[in-house]
Amino acid sequence: MTQQTKPEKLTPKDFATDQEVRWCPGCGDYAILKSVQKTLADIGATPEDTVFISGIGCAARFPYYMATYGFHTIHGRAAAVATGAKLANPDLDIWVVGGDGDSLSIGGNHLMHALRRDIDLNYLMFNNEIYGLTKGQYSPTSRLGTQSPSTPQGSLDKPVNAAAFALGAGGRFIARSGDIMQAHLVQTLTKAHAHKGMSFVEIMQNCIVYNDNVFGHFMEKKVQAEAQIRVEHGQPLRFGAENEKGLVLDVKTLGLKIATIGVDAEESDILVHDETNPVLAMLLARMEPPHFPVAMGVIYAAPAGETYEAEMEAQMQSAAKPGAKPDLKKLLTSGHTWSVDQS
Amino acid sequence: MDGGVTSVSAGQAPGETETSVVRFAGDSGDGMQLTGGQFTLSTAIAGNDLATFPDFPAEIRAPVGTTFGVSAFQINFGGRKIKTVGDQLDVLVAMNPAALKVNLADLKDGGLIIADQGTFNDKNLRKAGYEENPLEGETLTNYKVLSVDMSRLTSEAVKPHGLSNKEGLRTKNMWALGLVYWMYGRDRSATADWLKNKFAKIPHIAEGNVAALNAGHAFGETIEQHPEVRPIHVPAADIAPGLYRAVTGAQALSWGLTAGSQLANLRMVFCSYPITPASVLLHTLANLKAYDVETFQAEDEIAAICAALGASYAGSLGVTSSSGPGIALKTEALGLAISTELPLVVVNSQRGGPSTGLPTKTEQSDLFQAVWGRNGDAPLCVLATRSPSDCFDVAIEAVRIAVRYMTPVILLTDGFLANASEPWLIPDIDAYEPFPTQFADDPESFQPFNRDEDTLARPWAKPGTPGLEHRIGGIEKANGSGHISYDPDNHQLMTDLRAEKIAKIAEDVPLQTVDQGPETGKLAVVGWGSTYGPISRAVTESLAEGNEVSHIHLRHIWPLPRNLKELLSGFDQILVPEMNNGQLVRLLRAEYLLPAEGFNKIAGKPFKIRELKEAIQSRLGGNSA
Repeated sequence: MTQQTKPEKLTPKDFATDQEVRWCPGCGDYAILKSVQKTLADIGATPEDTVFISGIGCAARFPYYMATYGFHTIHGRAAAVATGAKLANPDLDIWVVGGDGDSLSIGGNHLMHALRRDIDLNYLMFNNEIYGLTKGQYSPTSRLGTQSPSTPQGSLDKPVNAAAFALGAGGRFIARSGDIMQAHLVQTLTKAHAHKGMSFVEIMQNCIVYNDNVFGHFMEKKVQAEAQIRVEHGQPLRFGAENEKGLVLDVKTLGLKIATIGVDAEESDILVHDETNPVLAMLLARMEPPHFPVAMGVIYAAPAGETYEAEMEAQMQSAAKPGAKPDLKKLLTSGHTWSVDQS
Repeated sequence: MDGGVTSVSAGQAPGETETSVVRFAGDSGDGMQLTGGQFTLSTAIAGNDLATFPDFPAEIRAPVGTTFGVSAFQINFGGRKIKTVGDQLDVLVAMNPAALKVNLADLKDGGLIIADQGTFNDKNLRKAGYEENPLEGETLTNYKVLSVDMSRLTSEAVKPHGLSNKEGLRTKNMWALGLVYWMYGRDRSATADWLKNKFAKIPHIAEGNVAALNAGHAFGETIEQHPEVRPIHVPAADIAPGLYRAVTGAQALSWGLTAGSQLANLRMVFCSYPITPASVLLHTLANLKAYDVETFQAEDEIAAICAALGASYAGSLGVTSSSGPGIALKTEALGLAISTELPLVVVNSQRGGPSTGLPTKTEQSDLFQAVWGRNGDAPLCVLATRSPSDCFDVAIEAVRIAVRYMTPVILLTDGFLANASEPWLIPDIDAYEPFPTQFADDPESFQPFNRDEDTLARPWAKPGTPGLEHRIGGIEKANGSGHISYDPDNHQLMTDLRAEKIAKIAEDVPLQTVDQGPETGKLAVVGWGSTYGPISRAVTESLAEGNEVSHIHLRHIWPLPRNLKELLSGFDQILVPEMNNGQLVRLLRAEYLLPAEGFNKIAGKPFKIRELKEAIQSRLGGNSA
């Protein structure tokens, strides 16, 4: 083994490869790539222990641009490949990258099972509400009526809400951020990485070619304060240009409603975010414009349990004889045997 | 039966036969598998060679007394090498009318029926679809019939031991076993010990079962009023000395994969999704954590192979297992394994197809799927196993090739082999040459698609190794650097290299040999997979009858053995019996332009020796001996 001499602390640039990035100019993926590279530098990740695994789609090109280990697999199956890699080597820090089609259409099954299994993967879902790589068909997150080459008269199927899906599947860390929100995204990814067990981060990402500005109504800088609510554990759920609005519980409908402090609510009426509360998490995840702001940040983070791979490793350890190489002879002669003597 | 003839002499002197075929058949709840297992054990101890096959109903809990709830266990045993479970039955033990109805067609003319008269009542006869009691009518005149009220005799025998009526009736399988033990002169002590051990915590059940066993045996001793039934002596076979055990194909395959992983110095990560008849591999391996075997029940077939591939990517040996329909779902990921050149073992326990087909019946119709069934030019290695014990060595070979050549290997077995059992001379594991895995670790010379000069395999660099960070994927890669490449010349080169790498495996495996018969001559019978037993016996008998015929049986399906064309060219005719509609035969014709002829049976059942002998003799001009 060669001795590696490493700089004291790696910079975001150290996580970039020499490969030419092939996303369209202006694609939101560039900004996400930068944020991920910054996150890895910030958390002190080691390239040799870090693995990016992706499926198919624009987002799935991600591993080629990360100077870590990377595996660009097949459409929808990244979570399954990552599960096997994590089982084989639980010490690896595995990030899965997929788009909305990769994650929720062809790969919806694997995402669901990885979430409920709670294996320690960091799953980044780039949501651009469109199929980019296949030239613009509507996706499972596209809004009803989306006109696309495959739905010239508008899409008919109701979209899936990714965060609500992840909660319903039993996910224990569910967060949301956006491509152009670098500080927020880095902060969110850092929390996702720190979470023990599977973490799921939906990243709102602009497709400049096939779905430009589809999130403009809540992602543009000038509307963010009114159209987003930054949720933070232990903090009141407030938003608005003057931070004058907040979420209160409507006990009659068991839902959320928006109140303005000093008008129809006191400060003390505003709900305080508890990221460990799955009921509140579902209410927040399902908030959609135009009636509600979009919840950004860590929507749900359940207290850490034992992760799947750790429980598996514990079963392996308890079966093994400490220090002893397993004896195959014992296995082959287990149960009933008989001897045939030399005749 | 497999060639032998039962000769029954007059009086009570034992008859002598070289081989005998017995089937225990009853309701699912009658304990036929346990009964068969015990008979197998005492038969092995008595020094016979043997082969067994269980026949479970497809339904999990079929209604009592119905034909589709019949469970059976067949054993062929004898004083010579036993290679099949037998064409026809000498003895059928029928614990109820349904068991008789379902199994009678397999009993040879003049064969013996031992029936539990006590169950042949109106209700059970109706459930089995009999209009009148066959034990009383004229329909069984071609057979010998021993009709005895086992239910009543068992109840009487166990009464002193305090069993309830229901508990008592559950021991009648032991009564039947006792009677068959008497017929074949078997020692009861191994079974009595086993019963005492199994029911150690409920002594009255143990005592009741032993009493039933003894009562059945005693009944045999006082059987003079039934002249049809004689004790039969089956002489001990000439068996190589050593330590033996009974082994099913699924067990041997599981242990072979485990042994292979140890020889490769790798942890096995076995990822699978339940499917008949492959699930038994998952069950067996799930108990081998102490042998560094990790098992993962995935959410579907695709996830199973993807997780296995992910495990291989991370430096373990990924293994997945399924049956035809599940293998179909794994196809895309197999292409990824070929493209990324990672080791992977894929076991296919073949069953009747297409689609859901016949899940519990055997077939070997996935050869095309294994060799050619992928998009793109996607070569991989295909091996086939011929018998339960052969599964052990073939599994080790699959692991060796997968790791040495950085390739997926498909191992074809089938539902018959998975469940069939035979005595196995336990191999000396120390005699196997280890093939420890060499992981890449030198950043200076490392490129993910550099190639070994001998094998053309790329280096295996596992994540976690400093300095070897690299990216791989299913997009075409530049040879050497592994960077994405759409260059036409590079795609030609990589396609050629992938094919050449697999072709080179042929240089690393033994030359094909002739199993029996001359090296050149009139007729070569070429088989693969579980047809080994019937072909082997059919050729043995044909040779003994003076026919000139040879048996060649393939383990290496792809690449084919490097001398196979030359070997086959030495025969006037080539006959390829397969339990499919002609797959190996087409492969051989396509590769070698030789006039191979198929002989096909797709009935969910193995070939009968008689069928194969007839096919052989008709090719040799019908000079039947």
